[in-house]
Amino acid sequence: MAGLATGGGAMAMASTGLAQSHAAGEVPQYAPGEAAQPGRDQVGAMITVGEVDHVANGFDPMAMLTDWDTGTVETMADGRTLRTFEVTAEDKEIEIAPGVFFPAWTFNGRVPGPALRATEGERIRIVFRNLGSHAHSMHFHGIHSARMDGVPGTPGLIGPGDEFVYEFDAKPFGCHLYHCHALPLRRHMAKGMYGAFVIDPDPARHPDLAEVARSRLMGTDENAGWQEFVMVMNAFDTNFDGENEFYAANSIAFAYANTPIRVVKDKPVRIYLINTVEFDPINSFHLHANFFDYYNQGTTLTPTLKTVDLIVQCQAERGILEFTFADHEPGQYMFHAHQAEFTELGWMGLFDVVEAET
Amino acid sequence: MSETAPPPGSRLGNLPWLLLPTALILAVVAWVVLTDPLKNLGSDAPPVEGLTVERTILDDDGLRLLVRAGGSEPMVIAQIQVDSAYWQFVQDPPGPISRGSSAWLKLPFPWMLGEAHTITLVTNTGATFEHAIEVAVPTPKPSAGQLRQQALVGLFVGVLPVVLGLMFYPALRNVRPQGMNFLLALTVGLLLFLLIDTLEEAFSLAAESAVIFQGPMMVMLAALSSFLLLMAVSHRHSAPGGLALATFISLGIGLHNFGEGLAIGAAFATGSAGLGTFLIMGFALHNITEGIGIAAPILSKRPPLWVFAALALLAGGPAVIGMWMGSLAFAAHWAALALAIGAGAILQVVVQVCLYLMRLNKAGIETLFSRSVLSGFLVGLAVMYATATLIKI
Repeated sequence: MAGLATGGGAMAMASTGLAQSHAAGEVPQYAPGEAAQPGRDQVGAMITVGEVDHVANGFDPMAMLTDWDTGTVETMADGRTLRTFEVTAEDKEIEIAPGVFFPAWTFNGRVPGPALRATEGERIRIVFRNLGSHAHSMHFHGIHSARMDGVPGTPGLIGPGDEFVYEFDAKPFGCHLYHCHALPLRRHMAKGMYGAFVIDPDPARHPDLAEVARSRLMGTDENAGWQEFVMVMNAFDTNFDGENEFYAANSIAFAYANTPIRVVKDKPVRIYLINTVEFDPINSFHLHANFFDYYNQGTTLTPTLKTVDLIVQCQAERGILEFTFADHEPGQYMFHAHQAEFTELGWMGLFDVVEAET
Repeated sequence: MSETAPPPGSRLGNLPWLLLPTALILAVVAWVVLTDPLKNLGSDAPPVEGLTVERTILDDDGLRLLVRAGGSEPMVIAQIQVDSAYWQFVQDPPGPISRGSSAWLKLPFPWMLGEAHTITLVTNTGATFEHAIEVAVPTPKPSAGQLRQQALVGLFVGVLPVVLGLMFYPALRNVRPQGMNFLLALTVGLLLFLLIDTLEEAFSLAAESAVIFQGPMMVMLAALSSFLLLMAVSHRHSAPGGLALATFISLGIGLHNFGEGLAIGAAFATGSAGLGTFLIMGFALHNITEGIGIAAPILSKRPPLWVFAALALLAGGPAVIGMWMGSLAFAAHWAALALAIGAGAILQVVVQVCLYLMRLNKAGIETLFSRSVLSGFLVGLAVMYATATLIKI
């Protein structure tokens, strides 16, 4: 057959064809400039086109990495700390990949919802208002009474326009999550109703490992020596067929590939990683050119897995990753789900490791 | 203007009666557009989206797709997946694609020879449209060598078998009236088979084409129109017989062979058929009967040799054109339209041959149910069906 003779040329285009299309300036008219996107070199043409309008969305995936909601603090009569968070459920259309709009249900207008952070032993109060069009709740993975569980049949599941105050003690310390538990659960999750809920250990309660606990406790000098990021692995089923079209950490497909996360090389890195993907049973995190210690669910002060470069999380599973690039040369280090499908549908990013500023 | 009132029924007198309803129609359209009386029915429902991939071209630069939008609103293709991975693409022309319009999408995708790929177009609403490339092979380019090679295949499956069939002419010349009836009825059977085959192909292509073309309706209307027009043309002087009838048969068969060429060419382009010598031989054998059909009405004449050549070319030549068009991955609706016209032409010939049979026997409709005619008709169908087993894969 005559056609087959020319086939070889097509096979070789993986290297040459792509280079040519770049040289010819064949980028979409609304695509960002190549030079402004250092991440592009690692992925070539296998990436989304265009840019998400983070301002219109009202949240930026880069800011989200370190954007902790610590609420407001007061001291109760018994001397304990009372920490109050305010959360509203809202319907909101968000741009989850360049040009692709998803009719989300959100906590505080963002997906994932606010990353709530408290300290072990505090009294927690969450004032929850439902401004959405459906009944919603906040179901916390933590220790609390049945009344505070946010499942159907409890007062915490409220209709549109209603308000409820969840109250419980912050325990156990660890890397947790909250999500809406209204039914159908899968749809409420897939629409974007989840967020990080981190409880820092109280060093006074862990005298043997007080140093470790202090490094986890936000606001301490020890903690300031870490670069902490929160990543909620999520996905979007934009055509509602029970399969996800876009995967990401913190919602925006390829966000950290288009704009790598800047990491100072001699400061250790700690990632609070939470899997909220629906439809797929598991998700994973793989770090390139490096290994990390892993604290499954973050409820221990010693690693549950030492020296691994890949961990797997079931739906709602989460944990803490600790690693350092101190001995690495500066450069861009990739991280992604090691389900290649998830990677290529958006759940991929880069750490841009740089020397410390002088 | 003269002062006298125009006589009733004249053009000017009718003018107000034309203007009034026209003005009313415009007013109603304006009212619907301006007030949107259905807005409470639609609420916030998302727009209906429709997208059809009309052409797929694979070459050294990657993939190119010609897509036509059929949504209730202009459609925006936001992202494209190939095999569940997002790839950069360039749209030409860029921007939203309005209803009925088309645009080219270019992807620098390193497709893999002989393997399957699935392309998923994601619109701004998150809706997805899938397009399968069943076997990736480079789309033939209209180079001289390529065209020549395809022409050769086209001649082999189109012209050669008709020539071979026509070569039975001397042997058939001495048939008696019963034999003549048999041969003409055989032609009717053959043509009816081709009619069904052509319609089937036209409908399947129509199903692939964009909704806006209303594929099945287009096929029916085009077939009916071509049937009526050709009937009118052929009956302008008198009912055709002899050479005129043979010419119409050649034309009908030619249009069917155009469709066959299209199918073979498309098989080349999409790699969906391993077009071996077996298939080409099958087509050749299948089409030999066509030559006999063309020869039947001119058995009592003695046309010069060049007439045979012309008839063979008319019946077989279009296969070459079909090959060329098909291999260039032409849009499905054009191919469906061409085949529908062919179906109409074939139907016209079926009617003509039947009428000719009746005239020849100087009898009415009962001619068609005589033993010789019915057996010829059934043998024609059976031969076509049996030889078609060689070409259906």
